[in-house]
Amino acid sequence: MENEAGALSRVAGLFSARGYNIESLTVAPTEDSSLSRMTIVTTGSEEIIEQITKQLNKLIDVVKLVELTDGEHIEREMLLIKVKAEDKVKEEITRLCEIFRGHIIDVSEKSYVIELSGDSEKLDAFIKSLEKMKIIEVVRSGVSGIARGSRSLEV
Amino acid sequence: MELTGAEIFVNSLKDEGVKHIFGYPGGAVLHIYDALYQQKDVEHILCRHEQGAAHAADGYARSSGKPGVVLVTSGPGATNAVTGIATAYMDSIPMVCFTGQVPTSLIGNDAFQEVDSVGITRPCVKHNFLVKDVRDLAATIKKAFYIATTGRPGPVVVDIPKDVTAQKCEYSYPKKMTMRSYNPVVKGHPGQIKRAVKLMLSAKRPMIYTGGGVILDNASKQLTDLTKKLGYPITNTLMGLGAYPATDKQFLGMLGMHGTYQANMAMHQCDVLIAIGARFDDRVTGNIEKFCPTAKIVHIDIDPASIAKNVKVDIPIVGSVGAVLKEMISVIKDGKATPDKTALKEWWKQIEEWRSMDCLKYDRDSEIIKPQFVLEKLYEVTKGDAFVTSDVGQHQMFTAQFYQFDKPRRWINSGGLGTMGFGLPAAMGAQMANPGETVVCVTGEGSIQMNIQELSTCKQYNLPIKVINLNNRYLGMVRQWQEFFYQNRYAMSYMEALPDFSKLAESYGHVGMKIEKPSDVEGALKEAMKMKDRFVFMDFITDQKENVYPMIPAGAGLNEMILI
Ligand SMILES: Cc1ncc(C[n+]2csc(CCOP(=O)(O)OP(=O)(O)O)c2C)c(N)n1
Repeated sequence: MENEAGALSRVAGLFSARGYNIESLTVAPTEDSSLSRMTIVTTGSEEIIEQITKQLNKLIDVVKLVELTDGEHIEREMLLIKVKAEDKVKEEITRLCEIFRGHIIDVSEKSYVIELSGDSEKLDAFIKSLEKMKIIEVVRSGVSGIARGSRSLEV
Repeated sequence: MELTGAEIFVNSLKDEGVKHIFGYPGGAVLHIYDALYQQKDVEHILCRHEQGAAHAADGYARSSGKPGVVLVTSGPGATNAVTGIATAYMDSIPMVCFTGQVPTSLIGNDAFQEVDSVGITRPCVKHNFLVKDVRDLAATIKKAFYIATTGRPGPVVVDIPKDVTAQKCEYSYPKKMTMRSYNPVVKGHPGQIKRAVKLMLSAKRPMIYTGGGVILDNASKQLTDLTKKLGYPITNTLMGLGAYPATDKQFLGMLGMHGTYQANMAMHQCDVLIAIGARFDDRVTGNIEKFCPTAKIVHIDIDPASIAKNVKVDIPIVGSVGAVLKEMISVIKDGKATPDKTALKEWWKQIEEWRSMDCLKYDRDSEIIKPQFVLEKLYEVTKGDAFVTSDVGQHQMFTAQFYQFDKPRRWINSGGLGTMGFGLPAAMGAQMANPGETVVCVTGEGSIQMNIQELSTCKQYNLPIKVINLNNRYLGMVRQWQEFFYQNRYAMSYMEALPDFSKLAESYGHVGMKIEKPSDVEGALKEAMKMKDRFVFMDFITDQKENVYPMIPAGAGLNEMILI
């Protein structure tokens, strides 16, 4: 999308006005500072997805749009999670982090902050595995995606 | 030489070829008004309400094909214009609306007369801009006109803070505009066009259904050529009337909720439907589950998002209607296939049978004036050649049914948003764009009061509009629904305490007439039309309980009409 003020609200407004779902939405500038890239995760029947695609393309600020799920692609989301780290569970937390390839990035007397990235299911599974502990805070970035192989979204 | 933002604004309009703008002044646009005052190329028409200004610009655009231009102040000026902008948006009318804004330093401060105009209008514009730097002003204006008038047209709002109109910079107006994120398609896909033609020529019971897109693309000639060549029946939507000559025998009348029996039945039973510049609106399709049950559908539209939105289509063609129709005609010419004459003969026999039902009949011997009668006479007296605007309600439907439009851009009404109050200001715009032509506004006593203040504008600019007020003392369309679906409980649909409209018009300096007998209708219309340079308000006291027939009730299919 054009990196213009208001571009994000046009997309958000479109989804709410037409009653489409947004499961997650991430947006940030690209290597070309006049452009920003947005990844939207949405659900709907084939017809609805087709309408969403067409309606988004109609927005003047949208430069190019691809449906990543049309082909092989990678989805990644980052999780920051703060858990209560009592002595008796510290070891368990460290073990789970290893299994899921997470990193403990902040340690205080009573809590750990863990960083983990992967697809959304992996993050779900990790959070579930921590359910026995006391989870203090969960922050998820929302999904970013990119196509595998030579397929790409370029202007 | 450096110019101020206000001077750049005026010069940009000039370079864009704008002759008329409709507006209302206020604090945030005072610099602009000062610059307008000091030149003669762009004429500003002072309306009496910003809604009126927006509808006037809209009527100007619809009747001429040129973009309508609006200028209003910040805050209440902008919010008053919103109904007019939304009306234009729903009918895809090219319009550029400039709204003043508080100075950039105050934006976000709840300053005096501040509203987030870009935010408020976002869902009802094709695009909008906030200009924060005078150096962007000329290019933004160019972009606004480019976006408003190309592809599927629509309104564009440009919000200009007051300080930007005072800042200075070098002026140059871009000659051309290209945008990497906006490239409307014109030509249709050749393969799809060939496939569509093949299907069209294989039809046994074909039907052509066309909408406002044909008029917006000035494609009436191509449509008429194609339809004549094929010999197929054709219907127009409310927005599409005039694209095909209504007096031609292939024309079946309007379709949809108050469409003719023959048009709706032919839609229901056709085997190939050719939809052109139309968007399968719910007022056209009736119950979507029951819509055209036996038809294969070709759909031509400039907006990909209109295709397969409401109805699944078999052959979609994205492109400008005119270009695609032209291509179709040449594909037919070059090919060997021709329409199936035998099947067509059968089909037309069936259609004529439907037509003989005379679904628009009404009591011609009535002692009270029937609205249909007024419109029939209006058609005769104006020889079908007037620009006719309308408001919203029964009178609108009667006009669509009884005034036979043979030419495009003559029928001007708010089809998509259904905005009461549209008719009179739209007529002002149509008259400004077409001086010397007959402009008529058909309205009701409910609708006219929604922008009655514009009588004053008509006086100031000597606009010789003829208002046909079909005065039934009811919000007729509301009353009709209450009669049909709410057991005659007429909640809030009776108009009490009405003014004497002819005296009211006289007090504004116009000619007022009150017509109470059917035998006076024709004479009065003739007399009014003779007054070429006067605004005439004709108050017809009509039957209070007349209904619009046929009618398709909510949830019913096109073949399930209520007939008189
Ligand atoms: C701004 C606005 N408010 C409400 C309506 C709902 N509405 C549709 S038709 C109608 C009645 C119109 O009455 P009138 O103008 O007297 O025309 P008639 O139907 O009697 O011909 C109303 C209230 C509307 N279309 N627009």
